Amino acid sequence: MIMDNNFFKVLRPGINTTYQDEGRFGLQHFGLPPGGCMDHKSFLIANALVGNKKNYGALEFAYQGPMLKLTKGKTKIAVTGNTHFQIVYSNNDTIKGQCNRSYNLNEGDVIDVIATKKSAYGYLSVAGGFKIQSFFSSVSTLVRARIGPNNGNKIKEEDKIVINKANDNKENFKAIISTEDVNTIRVLKGPQHDYFSEESKKKFFSQNYKITNLTDRMGMRLKGKALENIINTNIRSEGITKGSVQVPADGQPIILLTDHPTIGGYPKIANIISADYDLLVQKIPGTNITFKCIGLKEAEQLYSERYNNISKIIKNINENNFI
Amino acid sequence: MLNKLNNIGDSAIICDFGDEVNQDINNEVLKLFYFIKKQSKLEKIKGILNCAPSYNKLIISFDLKKTNSKIVSDFINSSNFYNFSFKQEKKEWNIPICYDFEMDLTKMSRELKLDKEEIISIHLKSTYFVYMIGFVPGHPFMGDVSKKLFLNRLKTPRVKVPAGSIGIVEKFCNIYPYESPGGWNIIGRTPTILFNSKNNLNPCLLSPGDTIKFKSISKEEFHSHDHG
Repeated sequence: MIMDNNFFKVLRPGINTTYQDEGRFGLQHFGLPPGGCMDHKSFLIANALVGNKKNYGALEFAYQGPMLKLTKGKTKIAVTGNTHFQIVYSNNDTIKGQCNRSYNLNEGDVIDVIATKKSAYGYLSVAGGFKIQSFFSSVSTLVRARIGPNNGNKIKEEDKIVINKANDNKENFKAIISTEDVNTIRVLKGPQHDYFSEESKKKFFSQNYKITNLTDRMGMRLKGKALENIINTNIRSEGITKGSVQVPADGQPIILLTDHPTIGGYPKIANIISADYDLLVQKIPGTNITFKCIGLKEAEQLYSERYNNISKIIKNINENNFI
Repeated sequence: MLNKLNNIGDSAIICDFGDEVNQDINNEVLKLFYFIKKQSKLEKIKGILNCAPSYNKLIISFDLKKTNSKIVSDFINSSNFYNFSFKQEKKEWNIPICYDFEMDLTKMSRELKLDKEEIISIHLKSTYFVYMIGFVPGHPFMGDVSKKLFLNRLKTPRVKVPAGSIGIVEKFCNIYPYESPGGWNIIGRTPTILFNSKNNLNPCLLSPGDTIKFKSISKEEFHSHDHG
C-alpha cells in the first residue's frame, strides 16, 4: 500500500499555526469552548476557493504564516486574509502571491506566507483538505488542552503535512472581496451592564480603547480610562460566550475570543455582535477601537446581511474563474 | 425556579435561576440542561450549539443562521421542563486522593485551628456534588465542603499548580485537570485523568450532577496508578 502520496514539509512553522474549522460544539458543559477559526469569513472563502466543503480544516496563522514545501504530489492552494506571500516554483521562478485566489502547486514548489498586513489572521487551504484526525466531529485545535489534530499542537519545523488527493481540476478561482476597515465595533449591552456607574457606561461607549499586546485566540485585553464598578467586581461564576466583554476589578475590559475559558466570574458590560466578530479579531495590537451600542433586532439583521454577503461572495467564486 | 431569560449577545440566552447556590437550584439548572439537550437531539428545537450549566444559570448558545433569541426563549417558556426526569444521567464516583501532595495543610491547620488529620478526615467524610464543569476542559466545581473547612482563596495565587491537585475554597472543592496557575488551597492530588483528548467517546470523566467520594491512597499507590 502506498501511503502519504501528497505532503508538505514544514520549512518554517510561522506563528501560532494550527488546524481550524468552524468549531467543536456540544462540549461546553465539559469545559470546551467552541473554538475553531477566528475569522469565519476568511476561513469560508479559503475553502471555497479550492473547491472544498465549507467545514474542511484549514491552516490558520497569526502575523507570520508558514513556509511549506510540497515534497510529494500536487495540489491547489489558496491564502485568505490580508496576507503577503510568495510562491517559489521548483525551477526557482518566484511570484508574489495574491490573496483570495487559488494557485496550482507541483512537486518541489514552496509556498512562503511571509506576513499578514495590518491584520492578525490568515488561512491556507488545500484542495481536498488536510489529512487530519477529527475529535468530536471537528478538526479545530485547542492548544491549551492539547485537543485536535497534530496532538493538539501548533505545527512545527520539519513536520510532515499530509494532504488528501484532490481532483485534477487545473482551473483557478478568485473571490471579490471589499475591504472592511472600520474601527467601530458594535455591541449589545451585557448581562451586568448596570454594575457600572452612569459615567462609566457613557465612557465605555465614547472613549477610544487601545488593543494591547495581551491578545491571543483566548482573549483581547484593552486599555482605556478605567471603568468604575458600583456593585461588585466579581459575579457568581457562570458560563460565558465568545465576544463577551468582561471588566475585572482594574476597570480595563477583556474581550473573550474564540478559545475563551468556558466559565467566568467577572461582570460583562457588553457583548460583541456576531456580525462584527471577524472584523474585531483581525485588529492588531496598537489599534484604537470604539464601541457602539445597538439593539438585538438590529444585531440579528446585520448578521443575516453579513451571512448573505459571504454566501454571495462564495457563489461568485465559481463564476469568476480564470486561466 | 427559572426566574428570567435574557439574551447574552445576539446568539445566546442566559436562563437565570436566582442568586442562591445550592444543590436544589443546581438540580433545576441541570434539569433544563438535559431537557434542552434531549429536545435538540429530537430536533424539537433547532440550531442549539452549546448548553453551559453553572451553579444557578444555564447559557444556551445557538446558530443565528437557524434560530434566534426569541424562538429559543419562547420554546423554553412554553415547555414544561420541571417534570422532566434525568436521574439516570447521574453517576457516583470514587476518586483516589493522596494527601501527601498537599501544599497548604500547614496553613489550613493554623487558620482553621484543626490538626491536619482532622482536616483530612472531615474532607473524606463528605460526598461532593459536581455543580459544573468548566473554565478549562474537565475541571469540576464541587460542593459542599463541610463548614469546618471554609477558607478563602490564597492571597497570592500560585503560578503553577500540578495537574491532579485538589483544592478547596469556601464551600467548594475542585480538581485541576492540567498544570495551571491557581489560587485554591491544595490539600492533595489525584492520579485520575479528568479529561482525555484521546478518548473519542467519553473524554470527560465527570459530568455536572455526578457525585464523588474521595478515597485516601498512599504515595506508592499514587505512583502505581495507571496514568493511561
